[in-house]
Amino acid sequence: MALTSPRRAGRPRLRRFTRRDLAVLVVLLGIPVLLDVAIVWGPTLASIGLSFTSWDGIGDIHWAGGENYRNLAENYPPFWPAVRHNVLWLLFLGLIATPFGLFLAVLIDRGVRFSRFYQSVLYLPVVLSLAIVGFIAQLLLGTDQGAVNTLLGNRADPVDWLGDSRLNIWMMMIAASWRHVGYVMILYLAGLKSVDPALKEAAAIDGANERQTFFRVVLPTLRPVNVVVGVITVIEALRAFDIVYAVNKGRNGLELLSVLITDNIIGEASRIGFGSAIAVVLLTVSLGGIVTFLVQELRGARDR
Amino acid sequence: MSRRNVLRGAALGAGMVTLPALLSACGSGPGGGKNEVSVGSNASDAVPKKAYAAAFDAYRKQSGKKAKVNTKDHNDFQENINRYLQGRPDDVFMWFAGYRMQYFAEKGLLTDISDVWSSFSGFSDALKAQSTHDGRQFFVPYYYYPWAVFHRTSLFQQKGYQQPKTWDQFIALAKRMSKDGTPVAFSDKDGWPAMGTFDYINLRLNGYDFHKSLMAGQEAWTDNRVKKVFDTWRELMPYYQKGALGRTWEEAGQSLQQRRTGMAVFGMPHPGSQFPENERDDIDFFAFPEIDPQYGQDAVEAPIDGFLVAKKSKNVAAAKDLLKWLGTPKAEDIYLQYDPNNVAVNSGADTSKYSALQKKSAELVSGARQISQFLDRDTRPDFASTVMIQAIQDFIGDPKDVDGLCNSIERQKKTIFSQPVG
Repeated sequence: MALTSPRRAGRPRLRRFTRRDLAVLVVLLGIPVLLDVAIVWGPTLASIGLSFTSWDGIGDIHWAGGENYRNLAENYPPFWPAVRHNVLWLLFLGLIATPFGLFLAVLIDRGVRFSRFYQSVLYLPVVLSLAIVGFIAQLLLGTDQGAVNTLLGNRADPVDWLGDSRLNIWMMMIAASWRHVGYVMILYLAGLKSVDPALKEAAAIDGANERQTFFRVVLPTLRPVNVVVGVITVIEALRAFDIVYAVNKGRNGLELLSVLITDNIIGEASRIGFGSAIAVVLLTVSLGGIVTFLVQELRGARDR
Repeated sequence: MSRRNVLRGAALGAGMVTLPALLSACGSGPGGGKNEVSVGSNASDAVPKKAYAAAFDAYRKQSGKKAKVNTKDHNDFQENINRYLQGRPDDVFMWFAGYRMQYFAEKGLLTDISDVWSSFSGFSDALKAQSTHDGRQFFVPYYYYPWAVFHRTSLFQQKGYQQPKTWDQFIALAKRMSKDGTPVAFSDKDGWPAMGTFDYINLRLNGYDFHKSLMAGQEAWTDNRVKKVFDTWRELMPYYQKGALGRTWEEAGQSLQQRRTGMAVFGMPHPGSQFPENERDDIDFFAFPEIDPQYGQDAVEAPIDGFLVAKKSKNVAAAKDLLKWLGTPKAEDIYLQYDPNNVAVNSGADTSKYSALQKKSAELVSGARQISQFLDRDTRPDFASTVMIQAIQDFIGDPKDVDGLCNSIERQKKTIFSQPVG
C-alpha cells in the first residue's frame, strides 16, 4: 500500500470526525492502551524499578543500587546454572525437538500406512499441560517406584533419573519434547498440505533429487509456518517452568530463571528486589529473542 | 510510585487470593460475625483436617460460637502468608512456633496475646519461650511432633540390631544395615527432610546455643564447627539408600514400611502416615545419638504447630476467646483422638489414650533440656528457602566440597541478613 495517500488525505479527514467517532476511537483505542499500560508496561517498569531496591514486601523499600545484580552474578549459586539451562532448553527444543517434529510431519505427509493413526497418537500429548507431563514423568522415572527403574529391575542400585543433576534436565527436556514434537508436527503437516504439488513436479523436471527438492523448494515455501513454529519453540522453552516446578520445584539441576523469580518473590522469602533483578534478566533475554524476530519480520515484509 | 501504592497493589492481590473466603464471609451478613470466628487453616491433609473439624465442633458445642474454617493447601498457605497477613486475614490462623512466628511479630503483623497467655496453665517455660517475642506472647501452641531415628521394631528383632546410644554405634549399625541390604532411608527431593539430620548433628556436636545463634545469623558458616557438622554427616552418607535427591519423604517412609530400609531420621508423622494402621505398633524410635558427651542428647527437635492472631484480624475479641479454649488440655485431647501422629503440648492433656509411640514421644520431649524447632523454622524464611535448601541438596549431590559450600552459604547469608526486618 502506498504510504503517501493517507498522509495527504489525513488532515482534512481529521476534521470530519464527529464527536461520536471520537468517542468510539477513545473507547476502542483507549481501553486497550490503558490495559496494555496497566497489565504489561506498569509491572515491567515496576520490576525494573524494584530491581534496584531491597524490599521484603512488608516494610520500607530501601534503595540498593546495583547491589542485587552484583549479588546475582557473584553470590547466588543457582543463577548461572539457570541461565545455562534456559539456553540449553531453547537449543534442545530448537535443534532437536522441532526438527524431529518436522521429520515426522514429512514422513506422515508422504503417506505411510496408518498415517492417521500415527498423527493422532503423536498429537495426543499436546492436550496435556506441561505440569501434567511433569507428573507423568515422575511416575515413569521415580527412583523407587518409577516404571522405568522397575523395568530395569535395578532395585538395589536404582538410576536416579530425577535426582541426579547430570541426568534430570535431559529427562525433563525429553518429556517436554514429547509434547512439543506433536505440536510442531501438526503445524508442519498443515503447511505441507498447502505446498503446491506443481512446485515439486517442476523441481523433479529440473532434475532435483528428493533431498534437494525438500530443502531448496518445499522448506522455503513453508516460511510462514517456520516463523510460527520458531515463535512457538521460543515460547515453549520459556514456559518450561511448569514441568520443572512440578517435578522438584526447579531445584537441584532443574533451575530456570523463571523458577528463581518465583522462589524469591512468591513465598515466605519475599526478596522482592532481588527477584525483580532476576526478572529483568529474563526480560532482557526474552527481548533479545523478540527484537531479533521483529527485525527479521519487518525486513521480510519490506522485501516482499 | 510510592510504597503506599505498592502496598495497595499487594493488598489488592491478596484480596484476589482471599476472595472466596471473603465472599463466603459476606454470606453470613452483617452482625453474623458476633458468634462466629473465622480460622485460616493450613491443615489440608485428610487426617489433621478431620481432627481440627472435631476440635472446632467441640468449641461450638461448648461456647455456642461457631468457628468458620477456611482451609487452604498447606504449601499455598505457607507461600502466601505475607500477602495473607497484609490483606484480609482470618481472625485466627494456624502457623508455626519459633523464629518463623517471631519474624512476623517483628514486622508488626501479629496481635499481642499476652493477656490470653496469663490464663493458661500447663505450658512449660520452653513452650512459653517458643511463643514469645520481645517479652510478649503471640502464639498458642497446640501440638508438636519430635524428630528422631525411626525404625521397625520387628526388623530390629529379626536382625538382632540394637538401638545405638552414641555416634560410633550409630555408624556401626548403619554400616551393618547397608551390608544386610537394608540401608538407611534418606530423601531430600522436597528440599527439607535432610535439614533434620543437619540440625541434629549440629545440636549434638555444638549444642543448642550454637544452633540458635547460627540460625540467627550471628555465627559464620565458615566456622570450623559448621564444617565439622558436614564432615560428620559425610561419615553416614555411604550407608544411605542411593538417589536421595529424587526421592520424596513419602517414598522414603514407604521403603521403611516395606523393610527395604532399616531406619530414618524423621519427624513422627512421616513414618506414621506411611504405615498402614495395623502396622503402626511396629514403629519405634530412638533419640538421635550422642556425639559430644558435653551436649549428650539434651536437645530435641520438636516443631510446634499452633495458632496466632493477625494484626489485621477483624474480630480480636472472638479470636482471643477461641485461643483461650484452644489452650486448654481438653481442646488438644479432642484433636489428638483423630490425629495420633502428634503429641499434645499441654501437660494437663489426657495421655491415657496415647499409643506407645506417642507416650515415648512425650517422654522424649519432656526429658529434653532444649527444644529446637527445625532449620526452616529457626531462621529467616528467606535464608532457609533460597539458600539452605539448595546448599544441603548440593552437599548431598557432592559431599566433598565442604569449604566451597560453607563459603557460598556465608556469602549469601551476609547479603540476606544485612537486609533489615520490618
